[in-house]
Amino acid sequence: MEKGRQFHFSEWLQSLRTKLNQGKTPYIFSFLYLAVGTALVYLSPRSLLAFLLFISSALVIFGLRLETRYKVILAAIALLILVPIVGVRNIFYLEVIFQISVFAALALGLNIVVGFAGLLDMGYVAFYAVGAYTWAFFGSQQPFLLHEIPGTAPPGTPFFLPADAFYLFVFIGIAVAALTGILLGTPVLRLRGDYLAIVTLAFGEVIRVLANNLDKPLNLTNGPQGITPIQRPTLPEPLLNGIRVVLNPLVGHNVSEGDFYNLFFYLAALVVILVVILVARRLDDSRIGRAWTAIREDETAAIAMGIPLVRMKLAAFACGASFAGVMGVLFAASRTFVSPESFSFMQSIGVLTMVILGGIGSIPGVIVGAAVVTILNLQVLQGFSLYLSQLRQSDSVIPLINFAWKDLSTQLDPAKYQKMVFGLILVLMMIYRPAGLIPAARRKRELAKEEAKESSDDDDSGAGLEAEEVSHGAD
Amino acid sequence: MALIETHNVTKRFGGLQAVGHMDFVVEQGRIVSIIGPNGAGKTTFFNTLTGIYRPEEGEIIFDGHHLVGKRPDQITSLGIARTFQNIRLFGAMTVIENIMVGMHPRLRQSMADALLRTGKFKKEETSAHDRAFELMAFVGLKEVGNELARNLPYGLQRRVEIARALASDPKLLLLDEPTAGMNPKETDEAVGLFRSLRDELGVTILLIEHSMRVVMDISERITVMDYGEKIAEGLPVEIGNNPKVIEAYLGRGAAELLE
Repeated sequence: MEKGRQFHFSEWLQSLRTKLNQGKTPYIFSFLYLAVGTALVYLSPRSLLAFLLFISSALVIFGLRLETRYKVILAAIALLILVPIVGVRNIFYLEVIFQISVFAALALGLNIVVGFAGLLDMGYVAFYAVGAYTWAFFGSQQPFLLHEIPGTAPPGTPFFLPADAFYLFVFIGIAVAALTGILLGTPVLRLRGDYLAIVTLAFGEVIRVLANNLDKPLNLTNGPQGITPIQRPTLPEPLLNGIRVVLNPLVGHNVSEGDFYNLFFYLAALVVILVVILVARRLDDSRIGRAWTAIREDETAAIAMGIPLVRMKLAAFACGASFAGVMGVLFAASRTFVSPESFSFMQSIGVLTMVILGGIGSIPGVIVGAAVVTILNLQVLQGFSLYLSQLRQSDSVIPLINFAWKDLSTQLDPAKYQKMVFGLILVLMMIYRPAGLIPAARRKRELAKEEAKESSDDDDSGAGLEAEEVSHGAD
Repeated sequence: MALIETHNVTKRFGGLQAVGHMDFVVEQGRIVSIIGPNGAGKTTFFNTLTGIYRPEEGEIIFDGHHLVGKRPDQITSLGIARTFQNIRLFGAMTVIENIMVGMHPRLRQSMADALLRTGKFKKEETSAHDRAFELMAFVGLKEVGNELARNLPYGLQRRVEIARALASDPKLLLLDEPTAGMNPKETDEAVGLFRSLRDELGVTILLIEHSMRVVMDISERITVMDYGEKIAEGLPVEIGNNPKVIEAYLGRGAAELLE
């Protein structure tokens, strides 16, 4: 019976897609959707529904059958022009979108480890922490405070490095995190499945506890208080003024330096995401990616095929870790503050949730997973909490059962039920859609001759990401 | 010329001797079978040859290389490929991808090549991909290249496993009960395929097999194992009449009865 219900839903979705995919409809529909979404957010910057409509236009653009070129242009307009305008108008939206981007990049990195190579890493945030603390240490006054009591800095302590060393540390962050991945992986990756999960979980905690306690004997991390201020790269004033001329009238107020920093880090996160997608796709479609999938599917058979197990696993671990490292550097700079709290076990679980929810091994799926979880977290649950508290203050009564809203317990606060809601979502997903929201697919290959014929047939359908792939289907 | 020889190979699990004092030779270009009752140590012997287990004693020499202590992937690179008793395909990968995984030790692309899509990478991928189609044609797989391996019927999965093993260009192919679960027609086709592997590709074949029909039909030499040790060796005719073999399979009473 459950099977039947799931079938209905995907059938309905399928028929909707077919209807929308006829002739020129997808082009008009996707454009209108984006336009309406933007207009609504622009006109009512406080409406959650408008924002959800705007965000979901990404799904519409991605899901419809459009020429790749058109998709790219539309996505670029949305990401590079519309998001900055909407985001600077209501800076909270930019924060949400920035967080989505950060988590999408993290989830994509974890997806290489968990999705491609099948190594359950429960301490992924540790590598994020390593990247963050790398820049936090060198990009602050911390190197001069090694012998100070945590939290005290003599006045006039200079910064250790110039602010623009940030750009160099983006790469150093990658290297340090990758190295940490290899160091951890070398002893650990001989373990399988559950054992690996437990050891990585412990490693994640070790890094957090280290950050918490390395304020003595040498004050490296400033302990639980965290390191602040951390430098941000300098932004050239003339360029900012130039952008202000265009942006100020559009957003309706003077764009502050803080806004520009938010934009800068948002764009930086976008660049990282693009690089991660490119790297993940290219590796996946190569000898290394095939070896990873083989290891995931059957380790014994993979060894017998001549795949050097430990080396390939290390490569996956280092790849995933390096992306977490670069996001860590970005995070430290964007917040100008890091503390051990940001790297708790729940964060690792959160990123893992995104991967599982979106679709293990599926790049678009993982991005959607990151967006859904972040929005749920930051917006929907909190919005619902707010709504309930408003109801509580009102005099309204639920008809029929005669229940006054003001009698509702204040304990009932959806924002506090975050973990329960995630748990429920995961359980439901495992029952109804175990392969995730957008399941991973395998690439189709044809003989060289047939390929030429095929692509000429397919030309105007505009492949997109999915057209060339065989669906995994629900297993 | 001997392609692979083992001297005194012994593998124990705790106190249990799974393979004991195996002296064994396969000549280049032969089709050789290992038979024996269940639990005789045949598969364990395979696993010591391919490096999955390390024998406690003895040495294995393959094509001039000592294999004991080498990792399985190194041994595969030297030219030994295998199939498994219970089919072990990569279920979520397509047939072509399965075969391309088999080429792993033969491909030379680095991570940088893959990331930058260098000319070397594209050339190698194209030829690997063409080779996969050739191998599919050779083992008789048509138009299933893009199917996920787990969706194929049993008989075809066996063929994919053989194509995947061939993808590493092996000198020696180890087949672990390759016709298990096949009907007589499929079995005949499989036997034909094994012959053509040797005749057309020049691959030496060592197989573990329970079906006497297959063993007697295809083998040029047979080795019989029981309780981890070699109890007989010779031509098919000799093995069929060997009282020790009959005893191992049917018990002492039967052996005496036949005499």
